[in-house]
Amino acid sequence: MLRKFCIAIAVVVGAAQPLSAADVNPQADAKAFKEYFTKRFSKVPLNDFVNGPYSMDEGLRKQWKAIDEFPPYEFAIEQGKQMFATPFKNGKTYADCFPDKGIGVRQNYPYFDTKSGQVITLEVAINQCREANGEKPLDYTKDDMAAVTAYMAFTSRGKPFDIKIPDDPRALAAYNNGKQYFYTRRGQLNFSCASCHVQSPGDHIRTEVLAPAYGITAALPIYRSAWGGMGTTTRRLRTCNSQVRGVPLPGGDENYRDVEYFLSYMANGLPISGPGARP
Amino acid sequence: MRNLIRLTVALAVGGFATAALAASADDFKAAYAKAEAASKQAHAHKNEWTTTLGALKAAKAAGDAGKFDEAVKHAQEAEALANASVAQSEEQKKLWPDAVVR
Amino acid sequence: MASTIRVRAVISGDTTEVQSLIRHPMDSGFVKDSKGQLIPAHHIEVLQFEHGGKTVFTALWGPAVSKDPYVKFSFKGGKKGDDLKVSWVDNKGASDSLMAKIQ
Repeated sequence: MLRKFCIAIAVVVGAAQPLSAADVNPQADAKAFKEYFTKRFSKVPLNDFVNGPYSMDEGLRKQWKAIDEFPPYEFAIEQGKQMFATPFKNGKTYADCFPDKGIGVRQNYPYFDTKSGQVITLEVAINQCREANGEKPLDYTKDDMAAVTAYMAFTSRGKPFDIKIPDDPRALAAYNNGKQYFYTRRGQLNFSCASCHVQSPGDHIRTEVLAPAYGITAALPIYRSAWGGMGTTTRRLRTCNSQVRGVPLPGGDENYRDVEYFLSYMANGLPISGPGARP
Repeated sequence: MRNLIRLTVALAVGGFATAALAASADDFKAAYAKAEAASKQAHAHKNEWTTTLGALKAAKAAGDAGKFDEAVKHAQEAEALANASVAQSEEQKKLWPDAVVR
Repeated sequence: MASTIRVRAVISGDTTEVQSLIRHPMDSGFVKDSKGQLIPAHHIEVLQFEHGGKTVFTALWGPAVSKDPYVKFSFKGGKKGDDLKVSWVDNKGASDSLMAKIQ
């Protein structure tokens, strides 16, 4: 009771107040999160959660398997590979900005940058790389950003999420901000991310089957048939916002970075399945 | 749910009141300013509703066209929606921990 | 410039199963952009698959086919290692073609 009171006060006072390990326990959160989903969906093999709605609906899975024989995101992977091979105007390439030349590193994002005190997602890292090399940042939602992150995800396929939260009160605050964002109702329709992805995975929202929140960032970026093209994590978050009649935030917004941080940490151990194909 | 009821009542009462007198340009300016102020608060919470922005836009379009009765109605709707979104943010600051998977 | 055509042709008994994904905007000409202007029609009109000098599949497309179309069909004949030619022409006169090997 006292603990809840303290957390409530901390939250009311300000979203990004540094918190101590006593207030925030990501490991306990992740354990509870995993148990909730594995208990509720006991027939789903652990690694299958990253396949989102296909882990929840057999008919949808059959259609996906047929599409995946010849995946619609293959053009994006090719384009991303080409982008990686093409130097910036100053002669440097994306490989110069990332560890391991950017190959097979997607499972480490987002990470907390102790120097800047911010969460760095893969999309943010791409744009920071571009700006550091005299290039204009990319639109966060589709096209080139989707292509380059599709390529990077593809080189990490099968690798388990390995998100770290350093013992730094700012990192814990960012994690907690992401957690708060996830569970907070928003928009005129008054939904939180949890309303659909914790309460109702496997159920329908209009004609779509809802994905479980456990592992939900693993398949991004995705080719969505509904979009007729690729979309990034930012695009998906923005459309979720507008679908509940909430004005979307701009790409790179603190809340989007932090919620991706929270969700990917919850998915630690689950394999990268991106880029994905969705209805 | 409570907020939805409050909103419905506010809209019903608001609608009734403006039917009685024709609105002037000044009435519109005042109503729009109030709506904008409320919307700015919602923006500060990063929880603006798309319908709030839609109502503001409709208010401005009606005001620009000289249709002040309609404009005031839209502005009042925008203000009510913005206030509801601020109330939602403030309530959620206290309520979200209850939703956490434990 | 990367090819707009991806194709996979696989032998299954005495049949060759072909799948192809073609990168093309396939604008119908009926859709408006964010400024309210019609996006002009820009779509593939003829798609052909040729094997052993014969056309094994022809598609005559129009506005109803969506962006980045996917085609799947099979034809009798074909051996592993045979050439399969895929080519398309669109309403603006642009074209692309690709030679693939049957696996």
